[in-house]
Amino acid sequence: MGKSLYEKVFDSHTVRKLPSGQYQLLMSLHLVHEVTSPQAFAMLRERKLTVMHPERTFATCDHIIPTHTQLRPFQDTLAEQMLVELEKSCKEHGIRYLSPAKGEQGIVHVVGPELGLTQPGMTICCGDSHTSTHGAFGAIAFGIGTSQVRDVLATQTLAMGKSKVRRIEVNGKLRPGVYAKDVVLDIIHRLGVQGGVGYAYEYAGDVFDRFSMEERMTVCNMSIEGGARCGYVNPDATTYAYLKGREMSPTGEAWDRAVKYWESLRSDPDAHYDDIVQINAEDIEPVVTWGITPAQSTPVGAMIPQPTSFHADERGVVEEAYEYMGFQPGSAIKGKKIDVAFIGSCTNGRFSDFEEVVKHLKKSGKKVASGVRALVVPGSQTVRNQLVAAGYDKVFEEAGFEFREAGCSMCLAMNPDKLVGRELCASSSNRNFKGRQGSPTGRTLLMSPVMVAAAAISGSVADAREVFSIH
Amino acid sequence: MQDPKRAQVTGTAVPLAGNDIDTDRIIPARFLRCVTFDDLGEHAFEDDRLQVGRTGGTHPFDDAVYADATILVSNRNFGCGSSREHAPQALMRWHKGIQAVIAESFAEIFFGNCVVLGVPCLCATTADVNTLIAAIKANPKLEVTVDVAKQQVRFGDRSISATIPDGPREQLVSGLWDTTGELLEAKASIEATAKTLPYFAGF
Repeated sequence: MGKSLYEKVFDSHTVRKLPSGQYQLLMSLHLVHEVTSPQAFAMLRERKLTVMHPERTFATCDHIIPTHTQLRPFQDTLAEQMLVELEKSCKEHGIRYLSPAKGEQGIVHVVGPELGLTQPGMTICCGDSHTSTHGAFGAIAFGIGTSQVRDVLATQTLAMGKSKVRRIEVNGKLRPGVYAKDVVLDIIHRLGVQGGVGYAYEYAGDVFDRFSMEERMTVCNMSIEGGARCGYVNPDATTYAYLKGREMSPTGEAWDRAVKYWESLRSDPDAHYDDIVQINAEDIEPVVTWGITPAQSTPVGAMIPQPTSFHADERGVVEEAYEYMGFQPGSAIKGKKIDVAFIGSCTNGRFSDFEEVVKHLKKSGKKVASGVRALVVPGSQTVRNQLVAAGYDKVFEEAGFEFREAGCSMCLAMNPDKLVGRELCASSSNRNFKGRQGSPTGRTLLMSPVMVAAAAISGSVADAREVFSIH
Repeated sequence: MQDPKRAQVTGTAVPLAGNDIDTDRIIPARFLRCVTFDDLGEHAFEDDRLQVGRTGGTHPFDDAVYADATILVSNRNFGCGSSREHAPQALMRWHKGIQAVIAESFAEIFFGNCVVLGVPCLCATTADVNTLIAAIKANPKLEVTVDVAKQQVRFGDRSISATIPDGPREQLVSGLWDTTGELLEAKASIEATAKTLPYFAGF
């Protein structure tokens, strides 16, 4: 019986089995941001410990940074204090800080891949649940809490259990107007928000083979929304083409040795899987969430489901969702009036996400509806610079979008970008939890960036295929 | 120094019925703008509490009868979403501090965060969790014992089975949940493992 990539990487990074029965797992790369690290650095100081591998640790600032201006000091004194702490800790421990001043700042899950830090066969952790993003490269990548950040800083290792592996194959061809975001929302809808607990997800099949790295990242990013702490795609020629020439990628003969090593890590054809799920690409429609968990979603043309269509133990959360969202079961999701449109986040804040929207804006010449606040927030300063160089910032602005500085922005309400009151937001982010976008009564509809643009233009939830004549 | 062994937690409990209660609800993101965990306790479930209050109800975390609770009981997939350790840190600092959680199931990152803080999280069946919640509601002063070692929850004359995987159970029962020291012991093995990985030396 062969091995999956998960098993190969887990086994090769196992330092030892601990007396508790868990494994001590070596971490290849530790990414740090300002929100979940200050207490970890404080614990190190208290315990008089140092950072074991500062050269494998990289920091940036994303959650709290304002996107209207990055000028220091921040108006929010708490945010300013957090950034000062991070800068101080990086300096003290010799950690490279990807700073706004150097033009290297961005969402941690955007800058890691961009610099070539994220590589196949690595174990990658960060005090952030969307670390699963890095699995797109064939890495085992997962989120951890602050005390575990402390452990990794001090020892470059973690105490971990081994997960089961579920292979999710999407075969066939996606229909026009259906994107990676729809694929992952569809998977979460099928398997539920808890379906992945205890599993690592291996994504495979024609659709993933054809996907770009940025599309793979979108899917892996939301593994955690389906309960799976990590999700990955086996590395292939697409992965290597993306990595070649990046700042931290190997070069020359080392590159050839690296590719050979990465190839050896791919799941064996006869690998054991604890579960296999198969999905036909043709069955996937553009998806919109209507509730308060990422699994509460529907194809854009369908109705908000009736409570009777859910299993009895689901109905509590379903009723809670109708009430919170103010939606009637049986009503159409299409046509719901929106107040805010947000394109960005670690799910959909990369160059190709914006480029796809720009393509449709240019072709249609359509503008954001009056009364809709529409934000475009690049995932990193590099993405932003690339968009500006291509003239896309102007396309967005002429269409009525605000074009902002890089950061997490309205995904999570730790910076000034927030919903107000019961505003309804069409969002390319990853969580539609109650209050997630900063107002305790604010409401979020998750969808692909092109669907967000279609909603912004229509002033209400719309089928992007109709708005932009996508056939 | 408090004994780190977590073989058993006894106290009163606060029931929080519901599935998929995420960490954004346990501690809303705005309270994460901080550099210590010290002041999080009073903000646990703040937005949920406000909403329930506005509609004339009382959230269990605002209900005086549960003010002394040290055990939290909820339903399925508790603690899903964000990896923020601020969630268990807030629960640990709410009133007397939550010291154990019983639910039908837990999200993985939340579970791991609790273990490393010495807070046992045990899973029970839907029927047993609902029985426990009903018993607590009927008598908020009910003494509940979470027996981590025996994987049982006892209350009144009842005893229900409540499971926790072997590794974390062993860590909690033996008091070895703060892992830094244990991990550091293997320093030589850590470096030896690194040497076997080609990328550590740049291929």
